[in-house]
Amino acid sequence: MTAGQPRLVEVRLNVLKKNDVLARELRSRFAESGVRVISLVSSPGSGKTAFLEKILSGLRQEFRVAALVGDLATENDAARLARSQVPVKQIVTGTICHLEAEMVRNALEGWDLHALDFLFIENVGNLVCPSSYDLGEELRLVLLSVTEGEDKPLKYPTIFNTADVAVITKTDLAEAVQFDWALAERNVQLARPGMQILKVSAKTGEGMNQATDLFVSLMAGATSKK
Amino acid sequence: MHELSIVLSIIDGVTEEAELRGARGVSAVHLRLGALSGVVKPALLFAYDLACEGTLLQGSQLIVEESPMVVHCPACDADRTIESPQSFRCPFCGAYAANISRGHEIQVVAMELV
Repeated sequence: MTAGQPRLVEVRLNVLKKNDVLARELRSRFAESGVRVISLVSSPGSGKTAFLEKILSGLRQEFRVAALVGDLATENDAARLARSQVPVKQIVTGTICHLEAEMVRNALEGWDLHALDFLFIENVGNLVCPSSYDLGEELRLVLLSVTEGEDKPLKYPTIFNTADVAVITKTDLAEAVQFDWALAERNVQLARPGMQILKVSAKTGEGMNQATDLFVSLMAGATSKK
Repeated sequence: MHELSIVLSIIDGVTEEAELRGARGVSAVHLRLGALSGVVKPALLFAYDLACEGTLLQGSQLIVEESPMVVHCPACDADRTIESPQSFRCPFCGAYAANISRGHEIQVVAMELV
């Protein structure tokens, strides 16, 4: 080979392969342990923690439930969720703006997944970066509060596209901000055709039963397959 | 903004492949970036030069090929390129098309070795 003459080598290197491989490993571990794993993404302040507090309190009456919660700096969310009296672990990401499969794997060390029915993973409040990282979850919820406006799905189509269910939160404020339901639903459908939409208020409890039913139906699906 | 961690993964992967082939250095990396990758090209380029310092890739060029989103239209039963992630509708018949065939990729497709 002549020195100084570059040679072109074709390769197929998936840059996020390491995360994808880890996420696949997690997914099969979750399936084998019989735990249903649900993740939540949204912008900061959409109400992920309030939603989860209510869900955890409701589900723990009948099921074994735990949560992982990602945050840049504080452990406040874990402290809030711990009030639901279920095992909670905070993942402090430092300056990293999203959770990665490796962080989830590390956080789960020492936890017996067989002893759980549900594991919730609350991602860092961010509508951009979490979309690139598979965490091995079975169901990804994207939350959008009525106060953020109807066009969130159009501004952040990628995250809506990677999610399975859209949860519109703070419905008790919808009237005050003149939220246009039809427009919001149309925008969700544009970003992810066929996406299921839940409408909830963690404050008044509106729609929370439907959310709980959705999670319980995952469990029913698992049992019927056996 | 997670472009720096993406760049670090590129450097790790390319270094491994280049060393495997006995290269002394890398002069260019060709990257295919899907429109749904969640990665922003200018931010990637900005992080690249800095992160390459002191590695086999120092001084190399990152050549980004942006690839469009391709969905499968159930009505036409065909793959269609769509212009915007804000509208998952077939450009020919207008039907909603949710099945993504391509668009998520962040893939090194070639490297130039010296």
